[in-house]
Amino acid sequence: MSLLTVEALSKEFGGVHAVQDLSFAVEAGAIHSIIGPNGAGKTTLFNLITGLYAPSSGRVRLDGRDITGLRPDHLAALGMSRTFQNLQIFFNMTAMENVMVGAHLQLDRRFWPSLLRLPGMVRRDRACRDSCAQLLDFVGLSAYAEAEAAAMSYGALKRLEIARALAARPRLLLLDEPAAGLNATESREIDAVIKKVAAQGVTVVLVEHDMKMVMGISDHILALDYGRKLAEGSPAQVRANPDVIAAYLGAHV
Amino acid sequence: MAELLQYLFSGLTSGAIYALAGLGFAIIYNSSHVINFAQGEFIMIGGMATATLNAAGMPLPLAIMAAMAVTMLVGVMLAKFAIEPARDADVVTIIIITIGASIFLRGAAQVVWDKEFHALAAFSGEVPIKLGGATLMPQSLWVFGVSVVVIAALWWFFNRTLFGKAMLATSFNRLAAQLMGIGVKKVLLVSFALSALLGAVGGIVVTPITFTNYEAGIMLGLKGFSAAVLGGLGNGMGAVVGGLIVGIAEALASGYLSSAYKDAIAFIIILFVLFFMPNGLFGKKGVDRV
Amino acid sequence: MTTKLMNARFGGMAVLSLVLALAPLGFANAYYYDVAVTVLFNAVICVGLNLLIGYGGQISLGHGAFFALGAYGSAIATSRWGFAPLTAMAASAVIVGLAAFVVARPILRLKGHYLAMATLGIGMIVHIVLKTEAHWTGGPDGLSVDPLVVAGITVATDRQWYWLSAAVLMLAVWLALNIVQSPVGRALRAGHGAEIGARVVGIDTTHYKVLMFVVSAVFASVVGSLFAHKNGFITPDIASFHRSIELVTMVVLGGMASIFGSVIGALILTLLPQMLTAFDDYEAMVFGAIMMGTMIFMPKGLLPSLRVAVKKKLGQRS
Repeated sequence: MSLLTVEALSKEFGGVHAVQDLSFAVEAGAIHSIIGPNGAGKTTLFNLITGLYAPSSGRVRLDGRDITGLRPDHLAALGMSRTFQNLQIFFNMTAMENVMVGAHLQLDRRFWPSLLRLPGMVRRDRACRDSCAQLLDFVGLSAYAEAEAAAMSYGALKRLEIARALAARPRLLLLDEPAAGLNATESREIDAVIKKVAAQGVTVVLVEHDMKMVMGISDHILALDYGRKLAEGSPAQVRANPDVIAAYLGAHV
Repeated sequence: MAELLQYLFSGLTSGAIYALAGLGFAIIYNSSHVINFAQGEFIMIGGMATATLNAAGMPLPLAIMAAMAVTMLVGVMLAKFAIEPARDADVVTIIIITIGASIFLRGAAQVVWDKEFHALAAFSGEVPIKLGGATLMPQSLWVFGVSVVVIAALWWFFNRTLFGKAMLATSFNRLAAQLMGIGVKKVLLVSFALSALLGAVGGIVVTPITFTNYEAGIMLGLKGFSAAVLGGLGNGMGAVVGGLIVGIAEALASGYLSSAYKDAIAFIIILFVLFFMPNGLFGKKGVDRV
Repeated sequence: MTTKLMNARFGGMAVLSLVLALAPLGFANAYYYDVAVTVLFNAVICVGLNLLIGYGGQISLGHGAFFALGAYGSAIATSRWGFAPLTAMAASAVIVGLAAFVVARPILRLKGHYLAMATLGIGMIVHIVLKTEAHWTGGPDGLSVDPLVVAGITVATDRQWYWLSAAVLMLAVWLALNIVQSPVGRALRAGHGAEIGARVVGIDTTHYKVLMFVVSAVFASVVGSLFAHKNGFITPDIASFHRSIELVTMVVLGGMASIFGSVIGALILTLLPQMLTAFDDYEAMVFGAIMMGTMIFMPKGLLPSLRVAVKKKLGQRS
């Protein structure tokens, strides 16, 4: 069974079809990329899958279970996590705290232990801090652990979001343009991080404009245009698809 | 029936004042996303200045002009020295600044004038007009008439003049407006001047009915805020409708239910509406963009 | 780093307890104790309110209502039903907490100024009810309240009240710091920092806002009960709009998302009117001007602004 299935999904904003009758499946344990020109509906698709928008019609399934219309916090509990094109960083907290928030569901979240600082809560919190330190190390931010998020560079924040998403221990990780706005070096770093994540068995769905990166790391690509499916297949198949070339890649490939 | 009509008259009179106050909130909110808790003080200053100047021997029309000028000056100074320097601060911070301003203005009024109540003679006598068994004071007609004229003038300003349209544009997208060469600072100052003028007008026409003192603006300000929220923040016509609803509901409640709870009615309506319509009656629903 | 956090936590509490222990050395007479108790009462409410406003990012212009409900709850339960003061205090806190919980869900869906309006409205309604339902509350004339008796001892002198409220403040600060540095507190702050970011990692942001609304209401209620016993007499004006505004101003002035800032905000805004009486008729003007000036020049509040200034100084030196 596919990990994620999207069936005839549509989203309309005041007459504009941002996503239109879109169906595809994501198999577990691979890197899937979604490409398409600006306005193709990629971010809207992510927002539909992660429960931020309710679809106008269609279904989303996780492990065959219908998750259409579930709240984002419920979806997180089912193993879905994501990052954002426009950062959703907690700028009022440190880098470490940002990642620890990602681990929220693994912690003792009851009110009384927190209020009274009971030893059990403190112990789990401390263990969480250690595992989050490893995650920061994993994305190459261990030097910034106690830095205020507000004081960090854009490239570092992009990686911080990935660490936070990983702290939620997702089975399915959706990355919305993780390399946007980064320089070549930072881009390569992100590239390496994504490969490492996938190697650990997390299924990655990637929206990205950096074609070199997409073609290099994807196992499977879905090309969108005007909210519709344009092509689907391996990087080589998509690259060779005449519609894709006409609509998007143009002379660049 | 006559009773109901009587309540409606009184409700429409106070509703018109709330509508003017609510419009004041809406105009400032539109241009700067600031809620100006000193709006009630504009009403107070307009009334107090007219009453005291008139009592000191100045002819009424002159006193009215002077009071409007003074209130507008206060409004502009408030925008210039208190709001503009804090433009990028938190919502709560700006709320505290305008509340500080309202305390300051009340304090100033108490120093410039006193703590007494001041009266102003009705503009065209006190002979009640009989209408369907109810009586209507001529001053109430002044309140309706002036409110209608002011609201119409504002509508014209925002929909038919270039600067008015520019002000509206600023409310939708500050950055874009700036790029189009609209002076955001100027818009802020003008919005405060306009709101102050509205407040002053409301204060002047209502003073012959209610009297005024340095604290008269507190409740009027809060009712104006209620009107603006009820209609949906930033929606001018919404604020007018909101004001009328609050005024009429209050009059009916104090007539048929309990006069003690008159002041609570506005807030009960607000809570009720917000429970079901979190953006007021005519407010736009915001979409979280990621 | 844990040690550094520990230091901020225990260091701050150590300084606070030291100040509380030493302050009476400078108190010349009972009046000083009286003012000090008012400062401490306000500080406790603000510490709770800051959890909601500063950490949770949710404004409330109606917390005077919860304070007043605690006060009236204690007054009515002790005088009418013969409850022991502590039982009455606990019962009031539970009922206020429940009331806060019931209104919190629908209210906290609102954002920004709409939330300000709704909380303001609740405050106004409570104020008017307290003024009007005279057979319960004594109406505008107020209600007298019996003194506080704890374990057979009547808390009577200002000195006793001082030590009691100092202990309550220490407890309040400890509890608040616990919350802030726990999974609950992080979830709350995350919801304020980036609501959508918090939701996609599994945080039911509304839940934490509601929780803090209730916690801050309970803090205010307990202080209301204490205040009623201390004062021996209460009037509906303790629920006035003015009172709610005063509380928010203390929080914002001291510094949002700063527990110790709230203590400082309460201190300054309680003492200020006492000092301004010298200005006579100009008191309100000066008070308003100070309020505006502080917020214009230190929009983040006193303690955070001070911290930034100190950091800058240190940075220049090194």
